Amino acid sequence: MIRAVDIRKSFGETEVLKGISMTFEKGKTNLIIGRSGAGKTVLLKLLVGLMEPTQGEIWYGNDNFSEMEKKQRRAIRMEVGMLFQGSALFDSMTVEENVRFPLDMFTNMTRKEKQKQVDYCLERVELVGANKKFPSETSGGMQKRVGIARSIVLNPKYLFCDEPNSGLDPKTALLIDELIKRITYENEMTTIINTHDMNSVMEIGDNIALLYLGELAWQGNKSEVLDSDNELLQDFIFASPFLQRLRDAALQNTK
Amino acid sequence: MLLRTAISRPEKFSMYWKETMRQMDDIGVGSIIIVSIIAIFIGAVTAVQFAYQLDGTLVPRWYIGYIVRDSTIIELAPTISCLVLAGKVGSNIAAEIGGMRQKEHIDAMEIMGVNTASYLILPKVIAGLVMIPILVCMAAFISILGGYLSSVVGGLITHEEYLRGLRSFFSDHNVVMMVIKSLVFAFILTTVSAYQGYYVKGGSIELGQASTQAVVYSDILILLADYVIALLLTQ
Repeated sequence: MIRAVDIRKSFGETEVLKGISMTFEKGKTNLIIGRSGAGKTVLLKLLVGLMEPTQGEIWYGNDNFSEMEKKQRRAIRMEVGMLFQGSALFDSMTVEENVRFPLDMFTNMTRKEKQKQVDYCLERVELVGANKKFPSETSGGMQKRVGIARSIVLNPKYLFCDEPNSGLDPKTALLIDELIKRITYENEMTTIINTHDMNSVMEIGDNIALLYLGELAWQGNKSEVLDSDNELLQDFIFASPFLQRLRDAALQNTK
Repeated sequence: MLLRTAISRPEKFSMYWKETMRQMDDIGVGSIIIVSIIAIFIGAVTAVQFAYQLDGTLVPRWYIGYIVRDSTIIELAPTISCLVLAGKVGSNIAAEIGGMRQKEHIDAMEIMGVNTASYLILPKVIAGLVMIPILVCMAAFISILGGYLSSVVGGLITHEEYLRGLRSFFSDHNVVMMVIKSLVFAFILTTVSAYQGYYVKGGSIELGQASTQAVVYSDILILLADYVIALLLTQ
């Protein structure tokens, strides 16, 4: 479990996050949604420690991450996996070397053990046979899957995903969502996903938090989205007339 | 501060060793051709121009070998080679690290728990400190060879005269000075370039600016250090 307590973040005079408090539960997919500029990426970077909050605290379980020394933070980070928007795969390394990198860097496993773990992770993301390919030789969807494989290779307790579906076609995006959901449940991880993909919200949103102009505008789960009378949420989720018609039809059917 | 973070205990020695070897290949082996071409012309031009200056004077012509040797060892090989390497290696280091910053590779490593300042910078600094002095020594040797080709093969002086010049007034202090210069210049060009790349912000324009700044600042600092070392070691 991760807790954010009264998080504020300013860049100069501009306050990007205005006192966010929320809990990200273990074994669930916790989604942070909101329009561009709402502060989603800043919040995610604060949670993983890539930025420091102007005010507030971040707790990993019972440990206050905000007050930790650099060395202690490194120990926590061994338990963190992150999937970046652009996958952030190392260009000079093959798929296999990318996934093996954390094992090479932090474990004393034998070559055979590492290979077994790499193969297992690639199998889980359905990338068997792509071991020797370089990132430039793979599609966007494959790169995301390699990114997921790399982020779970050390069996982390916490998984962060920044816009996992950006740039992917709807079918591949669904596969990535399914994959993240499955891994979260099977490994009992605390997964935090930053997205503005509506399919993700409705498919895998165990916990959903809507940010609006740096404030927490709504919290709930996917089954509460349709019934919510929060205007900001409705405007955001059902932004297009097509989606609004779908929502109305769905509501009609439930009545 | 970046340097202090960079010089810390490696997470995994074998990974740092592997990266250092890769950098040695990039910085050292990858620069042999450019350094050799520059060195041979430096020696050749120094010999021809000194022969021109000696024309009609009472200074013996075998001094050409002596002047080529000493000017190469003391100044031209370390300084010119490192100015060129600041352009080739320095801009490469800044672009490589800066590109990693922009593509979130550094963030990805940070989240894994890697000390990125150390993993990305330390191997480059060590590789520079090992390989650049070797390149400079090679440049000095090739420069002297260039001087021989232009003056002896070019018919300005005889083989014996050039050798006599080369063997005269030799001071091993000059070689020590060359090695000290190359070590200091190597440190400057690797650290300045790494700093510029590590803290790059923005897009491709900023990356280009960081790469240019790496070269410009390295060149200025190398020339400044050259002056200070010359003052200190020639007293």
